[in-house]
Amino acid sequence: MLSLIVFLPIVAALVILAVPSSQKQIIRLVTLLAAVGQGVLAVLIWQAYDPALPGIIASPGGSPEGSFQLIERLPWISLDLGNFGSLTIEYFLGVDGLSITMVLLTALISIIGVLSSWTIKKQVKGYFILFNVLSTAMMGCFVALDFFLFYVFWELMLLPMYFLIGIWGGPNREYAAIKFFLYTLFGSVFMLLVMIGLYFSVIDPLTGNHTFSLVAMASQENYIPDAILGPESVVWRYAAFIVLFIGFAIKVPMFPFHTWLPDAHVEAPTPISVILAGVLLKLGTYGMMRINFPFFPEVFQASLYVIGVFGAINIIYGAFCALAQSDLKKLVAYSSISHMGYVLLGLAAGNSEGMTGALYQMFNHGTITAMLFLLVGVIYDRAHTRQIDKFGGLASYMPVYAGVVTVAWFASLGLPGLSGFISEAFVFVGAFSSEVTRNIAIVSVLGIVLGAAYLLWSLQRMFLGKRNPDAVYELRKGADGQEHIHFHDWNGKNDLDARELLMLTPLAVIIIVLGVYPMPVLGLITTSINQLVEVLSPVVLTASAAVN
Amino acid sequence: MYELPSGAEIQSVIETLKSSVSYYLPEIFLSALFLVVIMVDLIFRPKKHHPLSLTSLAGLLASLYFIWQQHAMTGREIFFGMYVIDEFAIFFKYFFVLSGVIAVLISMASDELNQRASGLGEYYALVIGMVIGMVMMASSADLLMIFLSMELVSLSAYVLTGYLKREPRSTEGALKYLIYGAVSSGLMIYGFSIIYGLTGETNIIEIGRALGERGYDPVTLMTASIMILAGIGYKVGAVPFHFWSPDVYEGAPIPVTAFLSVASKAAGFALLIRFFYVAVPHGGGAEPLSPGSEWLLLLMILSVASMIYGNVVALWQTNVKRLLAYSSIAHAGYILLGIIVMDELGTQATLFYMLSYLLMNFGAFLVAVIIANKTGSENIEDYRGLGRRMPLAGAAMTVFLISLVGLPPTVGFIGKLMIFSALLAKGSIFLWLALVGILTSVISLYYYMLIPLNMYLRESSEPLPDTIRAGVLPQVVTAGLMLLTLYFGIFFTPLSDFAHYAIRVFGNQLY
Repeated sequence: MLSLIVFLPIVAALVILAVPSSQKQIIRLVTLLAAVGQGVLAVLIWQAYDPALPGIIASPGGSPEGSFQLIERLPWISLDLGNFGSLTIEYFLGVDGLSITMVLLTALISIIGVLSSWTIKKQVKGYFILFNVLSTAMMGCFVALDFFLFYVFWELMLLPMYFLIGIWGGPNREYAAIKFFLYTLFGSVFMLLVMIGLYFSVIDPLTGNHTFSLVAMASQENYIPDAILGPESVVWRYAAFIVLFIGFAIKVPMFPFHTWLPDAHVEAPTPISVILAGVLLKLGTYGMMRINFPFFPEVFQASLYVIGVFGAINIIYGAFCALAQSDLKKLVAYSSISHMGYVLLGLAAGNSEGMTGALYQMFNHGTITAMLFLLVGVIYDRAHTRQIDKFGGLASYMPVYAGVVTVAWFASLGLPGLSGFISEAFVFVGAFSSEVTRNIAIVSVLGIVLGAAYLLWSLQRMFLGKRNPDAVYELRKGADGQEHIHFHDWNGKNDLDARELLMLTPLAVIIIVLGVYPMPVLGLITTSINQLVEVLSPVVLTASAAVN
Repeated sequence: MYELPSGAEIQSVIETLKSSVSYYLPEIFLSALFLVVIMVDLIFRPKKHHPLSLTSLAGLLASLYFIWQQHAMTGREIFFGMYVIDEFAIFFKYFFVLSGVIAVLISMASDELNQRASGLGEYYALVIGMVIGMVMMASSADLLMIFLSMELVSLSAYVLTGYLKREPRSTEGALKYLIYGAVSSGLMIYGFSIIYGLTGETNIIEIGRALGERGYDPVTLMTASIMILAGIGYKVGAVPFHFWSPDVYEGAPIPVTAFLSVASKAAGFALLIRFFYVAVPHGGGAEPLSPGSEWLLLLMILSVASMIYGNVVALWQTNVKRLLAYSSIAHAGYILLGIIVMDELGTQATLFYMLSYLLMNFGAFLVAVIIANKTGSENIEDYRGLGRRMPLAGAAMTVFLISLVGLPPTVGFIGKLMIFSALLAKGSIFLWLALVGILTSVISLYYYMLIPLNMYLRESSEPLPDTIRAGVLPQVVTAGLMLLTLYFGIFFTPLSDFAHYAIRVFGNQLY
């Protein structure tokens, strides 16, 4: 089932390859079909998933069975390396609480992304082929349990993303695309070295061979004591942790590695922004939780404070930057950076509350930010500008739009009753209850205030009051005597049309439902989060050190 | 006073020669092919190039059979130790013949060459001549034989580089190549003479034994090593012996450039591995910098300098051939990394990397040929807007370049993975080399992506037709190379096993 959900878009891409490029509608429908298929599979996976199993590490005895679910494990590559025994790479997929939430999110955002791509006019065939490759790579990353496989999917995302920004992006797209590519590649090449180092340091308890299995690597007793990344080589373990962390932090993106993100967002077409903010950024924090922290738990414990500080910088710096923006999309991009800071803060708390908050925030950030970018796209399609001061009084003329915007904006600033509130509350509870991050949490609360400031201020400037004198639209008296809004070069419906509502409504519903009743997600993740916290906890570390 | 050999001695010499000939069939066959191609040209005076290229193609493919037969003959010295047959040599023989096949295919696709239908007989004959020279380089186990085979390769290459006689840059490239080649050959043979002075032997296995048993003066050996490295470094295009390569690569016809960049480089590496593994004492892998293996330090310097210089200077290139020339300097650096490791895994990684380089570099040059046929230009600027108009060429070029950067799922990624694995398997001593390797590969992304950037992200300033058709043959070959680059990036076991099988170097103390 997991293979199917991963490779369905690739199949769609191959089908599209055979379709002549003039058949745009067929190309779109094939992609939509694949995305909806992924969605159905995601729901089936969700139904089949047993939230009682912990995941993260193998079950006692070293087998992933009984801990991970829907496991697919096949030998992929087995090489004879002479003295080094054999190199084994497995096709190893499986889900636990960490990944299933991300699988659901990815499937959802993919469908939204396809719908949002309907307006792409240029080189439709190429666009949807790349979109499908990207979709496969994202899904693959979340379900891969073999480091090599994970790395292949991780890198596979870069090229489609480069072209999607670079060909279909805004005026400064060349710069944004190559910047994205170089930044992420810079982060991931170090991951390659750490991956090789881990391979030589870890033994699969079941076979006695070196392994790329992420499951085996998550248990400290599988490390060879005197190997390059074994428990005895403290320096290299610190170095490996740091470079891995930077690799993932670039993706998050964490200050000071964040500068590619505003550029990428501003230039990217709306659907790509949605995918980028909705799914890709999560890969950074997912990688930290799956790979970076459990493989080097003692280093993680030692660097809680640093991670927390970076989280706080992200929250506050991102919020200040957002406050300074005049471009709505840039504002949303910086707000996205700010909100990913909560995830980092929650991780730095290191306890169940914080980690739960972090993972839940990842999910909510995915839905909320996707919605924000869609809404930016809606107004950009009509007005061809995103400058906040070119609007004013929109609420009177586009009431539905203004209503949906309000839901999204309030969800983003953390209004109780909407999903963002719960995850941020968890993060703060976790951060306060940890000795290390308490002070950081106190400072970070400022971010909430700033968040309210930039969001409410932009809402006010764009939607409330009267039309700005230099607004990009005109008001015309209609036949009914009412004033109607009129955009230049726009023949569609002024307020949200059916396709846009189709994209936005499910997201809004999810945000509201999960804000009132978070258990569908929390229930899925609790066992895994507890397991993760246990793996990372100092008590277990000392115990396993004693074993070694 | 020179004594005449007795009858019995002469008899035994003749017997050895006679028995050796049966182990020398691939070379004999290729030499015959060389003559046949010239005959075809002379007798039929073909108006088109097809008879010539098809003869060469068929002959080269047929020679694979004779090479295959040699698997049963490995571990043998022939012609009085001048020549050895081992799996290592057989690997490279396959490699060179396949390179020759692809080079002929690219030549068939190249308008640059075909527009001058006369004189192509010599062209194909010289390509085969180069293949013969390289095949002999792979098997040579004697200083004299090494020098002779290397000169055979070089002489053919000089002429091929200057093959477009009416183009000044082609002639210029050929002249530069000749001058640099002469100097480095001279240095190399001087190094050989020092080695001969130290040991009194010309057979590299005997040299290795003599140096090991009798000891040597490290400074003298180092001097000789540097000089020999100059000769080999010139062949592989490593810094600081690379100066010829950008001009030669730019001036030569594209198929020749491709052939030089892959096969000639690989021949240099084959020689490097054999010579330094067998003739010069080394630490035996466990202690890579033990006494007697100071030359490893030289290789490290060459490797790091090549990776940094090649990748950085490539950033400023505007001509695709020059860009690929600097990229090939950088790749020489990566391949050297595998040689430095000096163990089975390192050699396997080196051989694997060369196979991957064969696929991706020939692929990139082939697309350059296709585009040069249509636009008459090799400037990156003139690639604007071509991606959409030539979908296959554009997609294939992107795959080859991504593979050259070393990103999955391509064979180039696996090559880099194996090289870095070999380095890290030694613990942390080679970590810094791996760091240089990965950081320079990030730099390389920028200039490789300049080509897709122009092909896809920019529009041509001149009006171009909506679709540009390339011929059937180049399309088929391009698609084949692209699919192999991707296929071996995902299922690389066959290539890797092939490389692993070939690490047995005759006379090497390690195996």
